[in-house]
Amino acid sequence: MQPAKFDYYRPDTLSEAVELLTSVDGARPIAGGHSLLPAMKLRVASPAALVDLGRIPDLTGISRDGDSLMIGALATHAAVAASDLAKADCPVLADTASQIGDPQVRNRGTIGGSLAHADPAADYPTLMRAIGATIHVTGAGGSERAIPADDFFVDLFTTALEVGELVTAVEVPVMAAGQSGVYLKHRHPASSYAVVGIAAIVTVDGGSCTAAAIGVGGVTGKPERADAAEAALIGQEPSDELVATAAAAVAESLANPIGDIYASGEFRVHLASVLTKRALSEAFGAGSA
Amino acid sequence: MTSLFTKVSPEPTTDAGVRRITVSINGNQHTVDVEPRLLLAHLIRQGLDLTGTHTGCDTTHCGACTVLFDGTPVKSCTMFAVQAEGHEITTVEGLATASELHPIQESFKDEHGLQCGFCTPGMMLTAKALLDENPDPTEDEVRWALSGNLCRCTGYQNIVKSVLAAAARLRSQGATDEEEGETS
Ligand SMILES: Cc1cc2nc3c(=O)[nH]c(=O)nc-3n(C[C@H](O)[C@H](O)[C@H](O)COP(=O)(O)OP(=O)(O)OC[C@H]3O[C@@H](n4cnc5c(N)ncnc54)[C@H](O)[C@@H]3O)c2cc1C
Ligand code: FES
Ligand code: FES
Repeated sequence: MQPAKFDYYRPDTLSEAVELLTSVDGARPIAGGHSLLPAMKLRVASPAALVDLGRIPDLTGISRDGDSLMIGALATHAAVAASDLAKADCPVLADTASQIGDPQVRNRGTIGGSLAHADPAADYPTLMRAIGATIHVTGAGGSERAIPADDFFVDLFTTALEVGELVTAVEVPVMAAGQSGVYLKHRHPASSYAVVGIAAIVTVDGGSCTAAAIGVGGVTGKPERADAAEAALIGQEPSDELVATAAAAVAESLANPIGDIYASGEFRVHLASVLTKRALSEAFGAGSA
Repeated sequence: MTSLFTKVSPEPTTDAGVRRITVSINGNQHTVDVEPRLLLAHLIRQGLDLTGTHTGCDTTHCGACTVLFDGTPVKSCTMFAVQAEGHEITTVEGLATASELHPIQESFKDEHGLQCGFCTPGMMLTAKALLDENPDPTEDEVRWALSGNLCRCTGYQNIVKSVLAAAARLRSQGATDEEEGETS
């Protein structure tokens, strides 16, 4: 399968990249290419020009900044999964990265590309909504914005990014005392994508759950927060019954589920509830231990 | 496919749709003119006649097209050749020397790690990257490392055995090399 023709640019700096994206008609950025290139082979995407971000320095680092980790947009899934900082300060981030695709996919795919692509079956977007990440972007003239994950994902393959805007870094809060996070998915057996993915981030203080965030991916066009299930947890003492009650409430936040040949919408909602139960049990187990 | 690729001509190209790139493959520098849409797998196979790199699915799933990109396994059907400019590629042809198979190849032969052989180049390169980083992997680590490479024939058991045998062979070779180094 051969993509349609395109012009190829490989800028050395972020500002050059933004300049090209705003001045060249039909130009699109390419990072790891592991979503865009397959789409180009199928000619679902036929950009007139590609702006290769691969040689822009300083966009691959992972560092600690106060109570957050700053992940460069070009950090590969493999780099995040192997990062000692991520494993120590935000284990659920490293663990989510390690569940993406397969080793070769993780060696090329990047966090910025995954978020910008906003595939409903992707893993990172679900975690970013639950954990309260902030997406840092740079656009025309070097203008910068910091977009909360809640506002970043707009719909199926649609984000708040404007034409020419690039994701530069993802700011992920580190786990606080008493807080723990779990990401689980029902993996599509052929592609590894999440049929349904659940991110559960909970805080237990003095024996009761003081904060809870549950992200649900793969069921609706963009990752959702299961707010009714979260509300059921707050102020309660973690127990199997509590987890079951919360898991049963997940469906309330999942209007208009999407289905395909592999899994109907109804089945996806069911999976979301089952996986929420498992994720919460694991998160509370880890938190109280 | 050949229209996407021309061996480099002495005159600099004037065609705006073509880029001149230099890529190192198995230690040899290749300077070629390519259309940006040429896939790395096609440059390697059709352009440079290194047909040991196979293309199976062409959809990033099977791993038959795996090559090492600066030592890291990647699927060459899912990279443009232009993205490889200035990087080091290793294909299966880079494993053996003129007179000797690589220990990984010896082990696949001894342990019946292949039947039709279609997946084998990708399997061996992925195994090489694993063993370069982790000379003594567990069976689970081998299976995890190979999870992006599909095989329709073997049922994987003998592939895993081959990689574990190759690890042992490379470790004992390393130990012998060290001893020889000490005595000489
Ligand atoms: C076989 C296979 C299995 C996979 N399995 C999974 C899985 O299990 N889970 C999962 O989550 N994903 C999976 N993926 C997708 C993979 O994680 C992709 O790498 C990722 O979604 C996109 O990242 P990329 O760097 O490859 O982006 P690219 O493909 O380069 O780009 C994707 C999109 O984002 C845009 N873009 C890229 N970088 C930026 C940036 N910095 N700023 C703004 N826009 C940008 C591009 O223009 C394009 O529209 C799989 C992919 C394959 C091929
Ligand atoms: S041919 Fe590249 S992964 Fe199958
Ligand atoms: S030996 Fe035939 S596909 Fe693996």
